[in-house]
Formats: sequence, C-alpha cells, structure tokens
Amino acid sequence: MEFEYIYKKPSALTSKANSYCPGCMHSTANKLIAEVLEELDMVGKTIAVFPVGCAVLSADYFLTDMTIAAHGRAPSVACDIKRCRPDKLVFAYQGDGDLSSIGMCETIHTANRGENIAVIFINNAIFGMTGGQMAPTTLVGQASTTGGKSRNPDDVGYPVKMCELINQFKAPKYIARFAMDSVPHIRDAKKGIRKAFELQLNGGGYSFVELISNCSTNWKTTPLQSLEFIREKMIPYYPLGEFRVPEEM
Amino acid sequence: MIQINIDFQKCKACEYCVSICPKHVLALGEAVNAKGYHSAEVRFAEACVGCAMCAIMCPEAAIEILKSKDKLSERSEQ
Repeated sequence: MEFEYIYKKPSALTSKANSYCPGCMHSTANKLIAEVLEELDMVGKTIAVFPVGCAVLSADYFLTDMTIAAHGRAPSVACDIKRCRPDKLVFAYQGDGDLSSIGMCETIHTANRGENIAVIFINNAIFGMTGGQMAPTTLVGQASTTGGKSRNPDDVGYPVKMCELINQFKAPKYIARFAMDSVPHIRDAKKGIRKAFELQLNGGGYSFVELISNCSTNWKTTPLQSLEFIREKMIPYYPLGEFRVPEEM
Repeated sequence: MIQINIDFQKCKACEYCVSICPKHVLALGEAVNAKGYHSAEVRFAEACVGCAMCAIMCPEAAIEILKSKDKLSERSEQ
C-alpha cells in the first residue's frame, strides 16, 4: 500500500532527540523555523545566530550554518553577517533573558537601523537555563528565584513589552507577536515566521517576531498546566497580533 | 487508512498530543525510552481521522502522519 505524508518531520532538523525539557516550546519554535526554511528551500542558504541561554541548545539541532554570539549580542552578529553575505538568509534566535535584558541595547539599535535581518524572540517570562531568575518580562505576581513569591512592581518595575517598544521606531518593517499554546496559534506563528523570512529575502528590512513560550520547569508546572498559564496570564498581558505589516504583504 | 509513526526515543511524554487528540487515539505507554519518559503510543489507530493536530502540537517533531493513497485513487477512478 502506498502512503503519502500528511505531516512530515522537517528535513532542516537532525533526527536525534533534543535536550530541551518535556513540552518546552523552544522545540516547537525550532520546528516551525525548520518547516519554513524547507518550504522556502533555504536550508543550505541560511545562517542562524544563536545566543546564550536555553535558546543555544537549538544549535545542536539545526542542519543550517550557524554561529553562537556572546550574551545578548546575537542581533549585532547577525547584521554583520548579513552585511558581508547579503545573499544568505540570516536570523537571530533569542530568549527573553538574552534579548530584553543584557541584549536590550543591541536589540534596540539593530531595530532602529532597520538592518535586513529577522529576529525570533522566544518570550517565556523567566530565565530558563540559569534556574528561574526574574527576567525583564516576568509577569507581575509571578514567582521567580530572585524576585521571591511574586514580582513586586514598586521594587523592580513592570514587565517589558518588546513588540510595543520596537513599534516606536520608524525603520522596522514587520513586528508581530504570536503564541504556541494551541494549533491555531502555532499555525499563525508559522505564517508570521514565513512573512519575516520572505520580507528579508525580498530585501525588505528588519522584522521582529515574538513567540510566547513556556518554561514548565521553572514555572513549577506540568507541561499541560503551562499551556493554561499562557492562556490565562501571558496572553492577556502580551496581546497577540501583527503590530506592523509592510503594505505589499 | 491513516498511519501514525511516533518516534519512541524522541518522545518526552509532555502529553500535548494526548490532550489535543479529538478522537482519543493516543495515550502514554508503559515502556520507558532512553531518556526515561513513558513515550506516547497509538491505542486506537482505526479512530484516527488524520487531522495531524498531534503532529503540529508535538514540540519534538516525533509524530509523523501518513495517509494511504489507494482510497484516493479508487475515488478518482469512480
């Protein structure tokens, strides 16, 4: 009997089991990026830039060319690579502890210059790899090892909304926020990543895609409970949608 | 006919596929894989309608869904 694929594992990923925790949506984001690269036939023509943090574990898992930047400097390294090799698809893949904390300066200036790169931002509202410290994106009232049982805004301020922040600049072309907690949201996220990559290939400019993710290990939940946390706490504070879309798309 | 292939070694038993399947085709198995997780397995393959929601939701890309071509060709001949 002959079979055809309804869903096939993307060829841009290696076949070995990755080292993320059960249910971690870094793996989902990797899968979506790999699917888009395969659809655009760019697997051999892509240079990925990975940061420091849990996001760097993806470097073991992609079959594209890649480099690993110093903590927070992934967008700067990505725009250097893009200026040297404009024919390649270049994207930076960063977590929230990397992009919105130590890498805030690089992120903002790369966005303000409108460099022709794509930045994929995985926001799980906590530092994952180092053990659950408070990130700039940690929600008010959320527990963390350095913020105690709940984040107190009088002491440490309010969570940073990166899409809204980058939306203040004139140069970025595509800014959007998606979640990965359900099938419709995952489909939207894939479309968003595809738009960002197509924009870059057409010489469009800077694109910023934020993906709301989970961290069941440091949120101290099961993977299924972490989906509930995303729906009840994360999405109301970080509203989903496309903040800026180029006219031709 | 739908065929579901689950990579026994890649599954980490997060239960996303089990919870999202509208036909309750999948369940966590008894056997433990190399990483120590009770890998998901197919319990009621005949109930599967091939919506592929489990495969889209699976973070590990451990699920692949295939559909037999025969039925399609039979229909087109008729």
